[in-house]
Amino acid sequence: MNPTYIARSTAVAARRLGDEMVVMSAVDSTLFTLSDVAAVLWQAADGRTPLDQIVRERVCPAYSVDAETALRDAEDFVRALAERGILLVASQPIASPAASQGGAAAASAAGEPR
Amino acid sequence: MSLMGELIQKAIALGVPLTAHVDLTYRCNERCEHCYLDHDDKGEMSFEEISGVLAQLADAGVLFLILSGGEPMLRRDFFDIVARARALLFNVKVKTNAVLVRTAEAQRLRALGVEQMQVSVYSHRPEIHDAVTKLPGSLRRTIEGIRALRAAGLKVAVANVMMRSNLADRQAVAAMARELGATYSADPTVTPMMDGDRSVLDLRIDGSELHNLFQDKDLVGDPEAFCAPPPPVGDDERNAAPCSAGHSSCYISPYGDVFPCVQFPLPSGNVRAQNFLDIWRHSPQLLEVRSIRTGDLPVCSSCAHLGTCTRCPGLAWTEGNMRGPSSADCEKSFYRTGVPSANMLARGLTSFPSGIAETGLAAFPPAGHRGIGLIQIAPLRQTAA
Repeated sequence: MNPTYIARSTAVAARRLGDEMVVMSAVDSTLFTLSDVAAVLWQAADGRTPLDQIVRERVCPAYSVDAETALRDAEDFVRALAERGILLVASQPIASPAASQGGAAAASAAGEPR
Repeated sequence: MSLMGELIQKAIALGVPLTAHVDLTYRCNERCEHCYLDHDDKGEMSFEEISGVLAQLADAGVLFLILSGGEPMLRRDFFDIVARARALLFNVKVKTNAVLVRTAEAQRLRALGVEQMQVSVYSHRPEIHDAVTKLPGSLRRTIEGIRALRAAGLKVAVANVMMRSNLADRQAVAAMARELGATYSADPTVTPMMDGDRSVLDLRIDGSELHNLFQDKDLVGDPEAFCAPPPPVGDDERNAAPCSAGHSSCYISPYGDVFPCVQFPLPSGNVRAQNFLDIWRHSPQLLEVRSIRTGDLPVCSSCAHLGTCTRCPGLAWTEGNMRGPSSADCEKSFYRTGVPSANMLARGLTSFPSGIAETGLAAFPPAGHRGIGLIQIAPLRQTAA
């Protein structure tokens, strides 16, 4: 099976608010709040790390869930966000627009530790 | 409660400034007759300073960023600032007159992921609009700018400040906005000049016109519901913050001054001298603003309109007391419902025959006669794009 790569769209606004990640699409102004697990996937969406590796290394240890179940859920989540245009999904690594735009500052704004 | 409402409540509970309004310049290519700004450049923040402020705002939790002025597009580094803001994942709205927007600028803004452009339009007639802006040809150029923005796929909100000179054109401006594919909001706010000059308030519309506005279903939805007598006030209303200013939102001037709101010019710190978060968390002025609950207001807490009034603490502050009434909003509440406010009653205006505008006006003379003179309505209705 081909690996899946995910990257944050540039057409979003995002900020951590307390224990939630808030994401807003600039395309249709839809507002989302992401759960903890979803926020982990969002933060890790660098376009370079395969989704199954993100799930294995970031989700499973933190949430005590088996890899198969977590990956299935993650794929559903990724598909839903891709349909909304706030995540980019590809079978090849993606030159992450978010990373190239803002570097460390953008990562921090999206809720990642610097 | 909507998701946005929940976010605002959460931001207030966490002490997070969810929204920041940053004026990039007070310079402008128009000279609108009602504008409260001094357009001379008194030492604007540089790109590096603004970049630093934006990073601090992002770290503080600001999600919604309003870039305005003056005319923000007069800055040579305007697009660099927008790009920086978008790289920091702000939701960016720009307030502009769109005079400088053409296809290339519109496409660039679209590519940067700007959420919305708010464009000021005063009339569908050049002789009226251009007389307000004092820039010949400005209506034509503004409309061309809006068309370019729409063609690029950007959302545009037409903002119509209503004054004596252009009030009659309101419905035509709304129709023009629809034709352009823009949303429309009307606002009769005219505020004193920053230097305290209140002569500009003569431009405001008469209070009697407020009643007519409140009967316009295009603005208020259901006039009967909108103008219904105020419901009883409960503990929730008494314990609520008067508005979001200083609670979940703030304003920063081109010179780095921090205020609770663009309409609440209470100096609370300067980002050239202090870290933004230090100002936000520890400024005595912001702490005082934040300490006030509606139930604490000496006059308004006894007012029948407490739960529904759009009282602006900034306008109250410009009248001398941030805990006092905002007389313009007293007028709005009265002309909306026919029920006198506690502020009016305290002034001895105790008798109001049945009916609203005409009879009420006789007992409650136009604002200027009382030396109050501020009429302010938040956009009565905004349609989601």
